[in-house]
Amino acid sequence: MASFLLGAAGFVLLMVALGLVRILRGPGEGDRLMAAQLLGTGGIAALLLVAVATRAAPVVDVALALALLAAFASVAFVVGAPGAAPPGPSAADDR
Amino acid sequence: MSLLRDLFTVVAVSAGAFFFLAGTVGLLRFPDPLSRLHALTKADNLGLGLVVLGLLPHADGWLGALKLVGIWLFALLAGAVAAQLIARAAGSAPPRA
Repeated sequence: MASFLLGAAGFVLLMVALGLVRILRGPGEGDRLMAAQLLGTGGIAALLLVAVATRAAPVVDVALALALLAAFASVAFVVGAPGAAPPGPSAADDR
Repeated sequence: MSLLRDLFTVVAVSAGAFFFLAGTVGLLRFPDPLSRLHALTKADNLGLGLVVLGLLPHADGWLGALKLVGIWLFALLAGAVAAQLIARAAGSAPPRA
């Protein structure tokens, strides 16, 4: 069972690595961030698979931290993107 | 019973891996940013959900299973918020294909 789970983790990581090609091709900044989001989601899945396969419970906490960081990454991108609305209470309804 | 449990895990994790494949293909092949975002956020979060579902029988106890489900729900929430933010930033700027 453990080897199957590790193989599945490897497959998910391979898919994430293929998706990172989108970072090279662009064309927009948002497209590149999407590949980074894919790395977040796929990384969580791979970490959970590894945690159960190797019976290493703390790895689940690493997956949780990765989920948190992936969420912060997209928020930081939108706040700091060129042409984006400045952060503040009016940022939500400027369109 | 153990065989049934392992079979369930194999089926669910394989389905999850398939959705990760679908998400990557969509991210690479779809023509414009909004459809790429659609492929990414929906397919990947579904794949993560199926992987978590497959891992549930192997979690240590109810608390471990609850934690796995909690991570999935958090990823869903974060993915939904990120999708809205990225669409707002990326969907308005370039000409729509």
